[in-house]
Amino acid sequence: MSVTDTSAMSWREWLLSERPQSRSQARLGRAYMTWRRFTANQLAVVGLFIILALVFVAIFAGLLAPYSPVVGDLRGSRLLPPDWAHWMGTDDQGRDILSRVIYGSRLTLYVIVLVALIAAPIGLVVGTVAGYAGGWTDAVLMRITDIFLAFPKLILALAFVAALGPGIENAIIAIAITSWPPYARIARAETLMVRNSDYIKAVEIMGASPGRIILRHIMPMCISSLIVRVTLDMAGIIIIAAGLGFLGLGAQPPLPEWGAMIASGRRFILDQWWVAAMPGMAILIVSLGFNLLGDGLRDALDPRSSGQ
Amino acid sequence: MSVDKNLLEVENLKVRFPTRTGVIEAVRGVSFSLGRERLGIVGESGSGKSQTGRAIMGLTDPRAEVTADRLEFDGIDLRSLPARERRALRGKRVAMILQDPKYSLDPVISIGRQIVETLRTHEKVSRAEARERALDMLAAVQIRDPKRVFDLYPHEVSGGMGQRAMIAMMLVAGPELLIADEPTSALDVTVQLDVLAILDRLVADRGMGLIFISHDLRLVSSFCDRVVVMYAGKVVEQLPASELANAQHPYTQGLLDCMPKIGADRHPLPVLARKAEWAA
Amino acid sequence: MSVAHTTNEPGRRSKKASALGFALLRFVFIAAVTFLGLIAVTFFIGRVMPIDPVLAIVGDRAPASVVAAARQQYGFDLPVWQQFLLYVQKALQGDFGTSVLSTYPVMQDIRRVFPATLELATVGTLIGLLFGIPLGVLAAVKRGSFIDQAVRVIGLIGYSMPIFWLGLLGLLVFYARLGWVEGPGRIGIAYEYTFTPVTGLYLLDAIIQRDWGVFRDVFSHIILPASLLGYISMAYISRMTRSFMLNELAQEYVVAARAKGLSEARIIWGHALRNAAVPLVTVIALSYATLLEGSVLTETVFSWPGIGLYLTNSLQNADMNAVLGATVVIGAVFIALNLLSDLLYQLLDPRTRS
Repeated sequence: MSVTDTSAMSWREWLLSERPQSRSQARLGRAYMTWRRFTANQLAVVGLFIILALVFVAIFAGLLAPYSPVVGDLRGSRLLPPDWAHWMGTDDQGRDILSRVIYGSRLTLYVIVLVALIAAPIGLVVGTVAGYAGGWTDAVLMRITDIFLAFPKLILALAFVAALGPGIENAIIAIAITSWPPYARIARAETLMVRNSDYIKAVEIMGASPGRIILRHIMPMCISSLIVRVTLDMAGIIIIAAGLGFLGLGAQPPLPEWGAMIASGRRFILDQWWVAAMPGMAILIVSLGFNLLGDGLRDALDPRSSGQ
Repeated sequence: MSVDKNLLEVENLKVRFPTRTGVIEAVRGVSFSLGRERLGIVGESGSGKSQTGRAIMGLTDPRAEVTADRLEFDGIDLRSLPARERRALRGKRVAMILQDPKYSLDPVISIGRQIVETLRTHEKVSRAEARERALDMLAAVQIRDPKRVFDLYPHEVSGGMGQRAMIAMMLVAGPELLIADEPTSALDVTVQLDVLAILDRLVADRGMGLIFISHDLRLVSSFCDRVVVMYAGKVVEQLPASELANAQHPYTQGLLDCMPKIGADRHPLPVLARKAEWAA
Repeated sequence: MSVAHTTNEPGRRSKKASALGFALLRFVFIAAVTFLGLIAVTFFIGRVMPIDPVLAIVGDRAPASVVAAARQQYGFDLPVWQQFLLYVQKALQGDFGTSVLSTYPVMQDIRRVFPATLELATVGTLIGLLFGIPLGVLAAVKRGSFIDQAVRVIGLIGYSMPIFWLGLLGLLVFYARLGWVEGPGRIGIAYEYTFTPVTGLYLLDAIIQRDWGVFRDVFSHIILPASLLGYISMAYISRMTRSFMLNELAQEYVVAARAKGLSEARIIWGHALRNAAVPLVTVIALSYATLLEGSVLTETVFSWPGIGLYLTNSLQNADMNAVLGATVVIGAVFIALNLLSDLLYQLLDPRTRS
């Protein structure tokens, strides 16, 4: 016991050392300080816990769900209120809502991961190219960015889905198209900060092509702030995806997408409230988790704007 | 207490800021007394001179802890005074001038209205009368066109004009004690003397007590009757301004040596000595 | 006082006016470019659509000659860039074609439904302001306290709320169970055919006509959806108010105001909030714009006959002209509000005025 205690203490001291012996020690030490600031914010830890729970549930959905998410018992268990057999009740097709909510977590994760994977690189490329090239390229690219930024996101996504046709993939594409502009802004700002620095000049003199400079030397500098911003946007993505699902433009039945589940429960809201209420609760909790996490992250990474 | 004719009595004043890493002691047992005279408090930045002024005003950050064996203004014990009465004193009997008018005047309210506000906080006067008195006050700080300046916003006037407006705002209700915290440091050298002259005349005419906080020993010695020298939250020396040349404490001597004298030998360039034992 | 000031100095005034004029010109330019972009994006959306727009007009089974004639009539036989110019030209005249669903010109439809959305978003923003500003101020003043934490959590929940779901629950609780408010729609059946709107903003119309029965009915319809939108708006406004107030309360003029002997209330509301109000106006305009967006889902839930419901109805019926028209109009209002907030900022801050 005492052995582990002292080793933990020395780890802490090693991390908090004022004179780090190596660059990795300094980096880890800084990460540790950020972590400490982050965990000092209890709400942020709750947020992190919610996200971890979401990932856990999504991975082990097959084990956790007591029933099938798509096949229900139409004869015996239509629209049953929550009880011990069905914790969240059943829907109009006799399906267990808890199982559908559990499987729905996979769709939610699928949407946010794909949107992030599509939108962030678009923003990264547009922003770094605009920032590095400057001049007309910059002016044109940023004007386009501003135009997309001027659109209300949900409306633009709606219009895109209307054109592409409903479906979860199209919804993801539409949300990604509306999500990239802030990333481009951030990437451009970061690029402007490093583009005149000596190390960029050095690789220029060594004859590196602009493409290589952007890809190998500028983009890596933008990644970390971009990741933070993407995390902050996750809650918004969930809400928009659910909104599209609710309007019947996102995931199609019988997929257990939470927004679409609310839409199908809408007809029964007055008498069988749980059909719509349960998936909505799931959306609220997950989205709140991302918001709490993002809020804590913002405070931890930027102590000046911290609430304390 | 009534035997005491002094305007202000400060004994063993301490200001502490608790932080995550420990307690920071900004002021560590400062004592002095003040009559209707001009007292200079001199020290480097971080010596606690500004915190001393703010503690007297009752404007210390609420997270800080202020203690004193004695803190009296005109026989009133400031330590036990309820917040409401303490507030009634501020602006009415004790006032403070801050360093930079660019930041210490409210940017979205016209100068005239800010002066009127002080007056109407402390006296029941009509709008018209308040305006008249504010205009008089602007004239008293030698603003040539008070009517015009009255309606200007702080960003529309120069630094010197802004600081005069600040003085007008703080003196309009006729305080007996004025704390001036680096009132000329943010101003151009050319207008510093004008502002000082105005301040000097007003203090003399109205028979006010003045605490003049500055890092500039020469300025303080030429402007004040008495000088308190602070170092690391403590008073290291207190002496009449006229006897500054005979200062005993090495820190004061060091401050004096830092000032260039015409015709004197400049080699080697003196360096201000700081010793840990002075702070003990 | 200000009258005397301006008449004393006509020169100063005209200088101000010209500076403002220049700013205005710049805004108009930016607005024009952004608006053109908006039209271009919707044009593009219309092109990528897998549905043939001509077939959508004449129907699948129309003979080839009719299709060809229609193709020519609507300019679909022209090169894409000419089609785009035509589209821009028409859009600028407010011509977005005819709605297949309603058979009216899209613009006429929008003009009919827009006041409903405007009314809902306005009442929502007012509710958001009414609660958001005091809560934000309180959180800033009591920084780090329980109240601050509570305001933060309430705000984050607002950010995380799927508003359509909240709307359904609201209807369930306040309409169906408690019966405190009226249900979906804008106005009760009893008044629907006797009430003649003037402005299209029913609350205002009821006041103008001094018809208090209608007013009560309309109010009872609008209060629930507007409160929900107001909650979303409050989340945003309280958060921004807190952050602006913290910034202002750290300023030197606050110390000076205390040194003058002002009460904390006066310092907070009369000085700090007054300074914070300048950036807050921007926030309020943006929040208003966000509510226009949020109204799409809210209107669907509450069967509120505004532009959001119009848009979703058109979507579900693949009425592309209506969809794109509504998108352009909402986008245009959004842009206008954004620019207006910038302009208001300039007007309100005396530092940028001169």
